[in-house]
Amino acid sequence: MAEQIVSPLPGTFYRKPSPDEPNFKNEGDTVAVGDVIGLVEVMKTFNEVKADKAGTIASFVADNEEAVMAGQPLVELG
Amino acid sequence: MIKVLNPGLATSVQDMGRHGYYHLGIPQSGGMDQLALQAANLLVGNASDAAVLEATFMGPELEFTADAVVAVTGAAMTPKVDGAEQANWESFAVKAGQVLSFDYLKGGARAYIAISGGIDVPVVLGSRSTYTLGALGGFQGRPLAAGDEVPVGQGKGTAGRSLDASLRRAPGSPAEIRVLPGIYWHWVTDKSGAQFYEDTWKVAPEADRIGYRFRGGRPIEFTERERPFGAGSDPSNIVDGCYPYGSIQVPGGTEPIILHRDAVSGGGYFMLGTVISADMDLIGQMQPHTPTQFVKVTMDEALQARADRTALIGRIHEALA
Repeated sequence: MAEQIVSPLPGTFYRKPSPDEPNFKNEGDTVAVGDVIGLVEVMKTFNEVKADKAGTIASFVADNEEAVMAGQPLVELG
Repeated sequence: MIKVLNPGLATSVQDMGRHGYYHLGIPQSGGMDQLALQAANLLVGNASDAAVLEATFMGPELEFTADAVVAVTGAAMTPKVDGAEQANWESFAVKAGQVLSFDYLKGGARAYIAISGGIDVPVVLGSRSTYTLGALGGFQGRPLAAGDEVPVGQGKGTAGRSLDASLRRAPGSPAEIRVLPGIYWHWVTDKSGAQFYEDTWKVAPEADRIGYRFRGGRPIEFTERERPFGAGSDPSNIVDGCYPYGSIQVPGGTEPIILHRDAVSGGGYFMLGTVISADMDLIGQMQPHTPTQFVKVTMDEALQARADRTALIGRIHEALA
């Protein structure tokens, strides 16, 4: 099974630091452990989601502004 | 003492609350899910109102400096002792030097972590609960942070005690929250009042200990009426009044907010009604985006629900006596 990066929190997932900035990461990008791949908004705070594994992003399985659950996959690593 | 290696997202010391100061603007604070908080304490041999840790959406990582018995109730977040999984709603032993951590949240919103002996922070205005906005009580008036050393009292709990599933409570899906219409109900049109109960609302990600905000239902429509002097022009405004715990305000008529344990005690928004006291525990276990249906009840039904909840807590005390 492909490795995944999951959301640590329930909330709303964002792929960009702010609406008019580019995505943190895109498909095909390499990630190192600790790289920020997105934000999860909950309780009026935006929490960085950091990669806990290294690899290349095969796909984003959660869309920008999607409602996510804790433990839900956000990214599949190739 | 426990050392905080990682605080989680929002982990704070809470007990049954700080009562008697709401009229001075100091909210009661305390655990959002008071049934789960009491059960956790009873499982580890504490008085039911001892101080515990309330962990929201994400568990902390805690290193124990002395042997203790721990129980985790409320949200489904599997506790782990040095990586070994433990059951929720069941007491287990943690030895000096071991680390308590948690798996991802699988259901609910807030876990109650009771430690035998209780969290022994100073009592402020009659309670150990944290009121973060007012920097009052708890551990230095704030949620826990990495590096904190949290004092724990002397306890004598027993591992291996569990609470039967029939004595636990959690919101369903959709969550059904019972509401007693309030004194401003006549401000809302009949059509709009009916829609409030018909619509499925969703918990907004901003929902916290102060208030639970909801989105997704149709906006409130107000009846034509002369604005009271001093209330301002927005139809959702009143002349400032008292806000009860559980009251539902709808600023601008768009997004209902249920005031919870760290809420302000007064202000200038009209209130549709009040969530019955028996259902406030359930709100504390609702995640962002939880579909929610509001259900209208009468005062008699609200009092019956309160009696039922009191009886359930009585059965929990008996089961864990």
